[in-house]
Amino acid sequence: MNPERGSLLGIEHLEAAEIMKLLKFAGRMNPDKPRPLLKGRRVLLLFYEASTRTRSSFEIAAKSLGAHTVLITATGSSIEKGESLLDTGYTVRALGADIIVIRHPSAGAPYTMAQHIDVPVINAGDGLHEHPSQALLDAYTILRHKKTFKGLQVAIVGDIFHSRVARSACHLLSKFGVKIILCGPPELAPEIATTLAPGVRVTRHIEDALRGTDVIMLLRVQTERLSGLKIDLPEYIARYQMTPARLKMAKKDAMVMHPGPIIRGLELTSEVADGVQARILEEVRNGVPTRMAILARAIGATGKMR
Amino acid sequence: MSAEKNRTSLLIKGGHLIDPAARIDAPMDILLKDGRVVEVAAPNQIKGGADEKFDARGLIVAPGFIDLHVHLREPGQAHKETIATGTAAAAAGGFTSVCTMPNTAPVVDSVEWVEWLRQPERGAVVNVFAIAAATRSSKGASLTDFRALQSAGAIAVTDDGKPILDDNIMREALALGGELNFPVVQHAEDTHMTEHCSMHAGARSFRLGLRGMTAAAEASIVERDVQLAMHIPNARLHVAHLSTADALKSVRRGKRAKARVTFEVTPHHFTLSDEDMRDYDSNYKMNPPLRSKSDLEAMLAALADGTVDAIATDHAPHAAHEKQMEFERAAFGITGLETALALAITKLHRDHRIPLSRIVELFTAGPARCFDLRGRGSLVRGSLVRGSAADISVFDAKKKWTFDAAKSRSKSRNTPFDGWQLTGKVVATIVGGKVVYTG
Repeated sequence: MNPERGSLLGIEHLEAAEIMKLLKFAGRMNPDKPRPLLKGRRVLLLFYEASTRTRSSFEIAAKSLGAHTVLITATGSSIEKGESLLDTGYTVRALGADIIVIRHPSAGAPYTMAQHIDVPVINAGDGLHEHPSQALLDAYTILRHKKTFKGLQVAIVGDIFHSRVARSACHLLSKFGVKIILCGPPELAPEIATTLAPGVRVTRHIEDALRGTDVIMLLRVQTERLSGLKIDLPEYIARYQMTPARLKMAKKDAMVMHPGPIIRGLELTSEVADGVQARILEEVRNGVPTRMAILARAIGATGKMR
Repeated sequence: MSAEKNRTSLLIKGGHLIDPAARIDAPMDILLKDGRVVEVAAPNQIKGGADEKFDARGLIVAPGFIDLHVHLREPGQAHKETIATGTAAAAAGGFTSVCTMPNTAPVVDSVEWVEWLRQPERGAVVNVFAIAAATRSSKGASLTDFRALQSAGAIAVTDDGKPILDDNIMREALALGGELNFPVVQHAEDTHMTEHCSMHAGARSFRLGLRGMTAAAEASIVERDVQLAMHIPNARLHVAHLSTADALKSVRRGKRAKARVTFEVTPHHFTLSDEDMRDYDSNYKMNPPLRSKSDLEAMLAALADGTVDAIATDHAPHAAHEKQMEFERAAFGITGLETALALAITKLHRDHRIPLSRIVELFTAGPARCFDLRGRGSLVRGSLVRGSAADISVFDAKKKWTFDAAKSRSKSRNTPFDGWQLTGKVVATIVGGKVVYTG
């Protein structure tokens, strides 16, 4: 079965025009004065993995549009008792779900769900694979400040290997011709990452990544996903931590972004996190209208989305 | 063992015999009687009547195919496959002998279980040879009783699925196997390097966000094993489902040094690469995984140049609910018995011009060389010399057909080849002089 129209499983297979439409639609969403585009609809939030931002952001977005939301987490549900992914899917379908939002530790789980269940599926992050709503809200945030993607250079610094945010960001930015520089040690920023999309290169040197850069995306070292890989954290901090001094190497008006959660003193210092160039909380804010647009698009309630 | 002796005689007439071990590639008639080959002669030269005749005009007649690597899932996993259903699938694929892997529940690590596998109640329709566990419960800690297992009819030992990683245990296994002329089969994978991995490490795995098994995880174990085999007297090493160009280099070196090293390649590893995998379709998930294009090319070259000893399917049936789940959690393995010959003819012969005689060798004389399939004083297999077992595969090398997994004789349907248009179809399978399949 093909995924239901309106599903959002990843950025890789979306066309640039579709992304632009979504971003414009998000721009017309006002969380303070929302239209009831999802009135009476049921949005099922299936969270198989911990989440603060993404979960509450989707929940607020859905409620703002008038939907009922039901949150199911892996602990405290039948998932804990061994119910399979698809059986949980059939169950929430039978409960009358109009949209399924799924966060899962296994890459491709939303894809598997969408292939068997005739309800639009929104990927809220799957393993190391993609995090499309994050990429869209980041693109939305960038466009608030840079007006256009044309000619931009974006540095993504940190644990790229374990990052679904990085994969989605690379796909999205590449579709608009952005120059993307991935920066980190070989274990976290492997050469193979350049095969992800056109315009992606890898560097080991932070100066190289920052010179002439418009946007700096920082990533957390995902110690919980290292799977036996040993990372020398003091060494990482010495070479890659974003400090005020390093920030000066980038363009004067460079934005500092981070999908969160941030770990102060590791991938960035407090001065950078709280500095004037940081857009980290703005990203969180922009998550709501972006996800409102994603949810409305899921059921075709795009109104005058052009 | 299956196939009670057949007292009637059967004349296979008008076919083209390919018997690489006997260096025959010519029109021949064959007379079978009492479970043996009685006569092989030029067309119409066999005098006297036969109880039954099989018209093989336009068809290739070959020694019965031997599959060195199948999972029949008994004892203990009959929801995936049974010996009866698995051997029915084997017969439909032209296989007259299959070697069954011991990673069952419980593990086949004792004489009792080896004998249990061979009991007529299992309902086997082709010959079943047991490969027993190399270590107790396949835990890798202490060797099983090779001597007793061999006497009970086991033809090799392995901890398939759970490689023997400990250098000393592997050395002991090869040494004892060497004394007994007993092959040790290794599933070569350094599992310390493949934790949480579900496909080959490369651009595709990075894109899909799946942790990848490196070629080095296979090659490092193969290299170690070949080194051991080169230095232990009479050691017989058989590398299961070899899949990487790097591991192939080690095997080539071992063979050049005259070590007793043999290996098999599966149809999926000479047909598909990781690039062919459909997104998160667990019917493309097996171990070893589909490798890179260059690994695939290396397999094709080694199949063509004579280095590969055998094609083996690694037939690994799983129930639907064990496959239809998150890719990373889904079981490893695909079925393969019913598509092996057709994939070999389609991919190797039609696309890569490898002669049919070489393909037949890879299914017959080749695998027969790897293990000693005579068992307890029984008959020659893998060649149709006079007095050998009356095990025969008859196929149409030109026939085009579409594989429909729903019609498989296996209990399971986990294959990436469903709906594939293939060339080359099994027409009849004869075990012990008795026709067990016609298609």
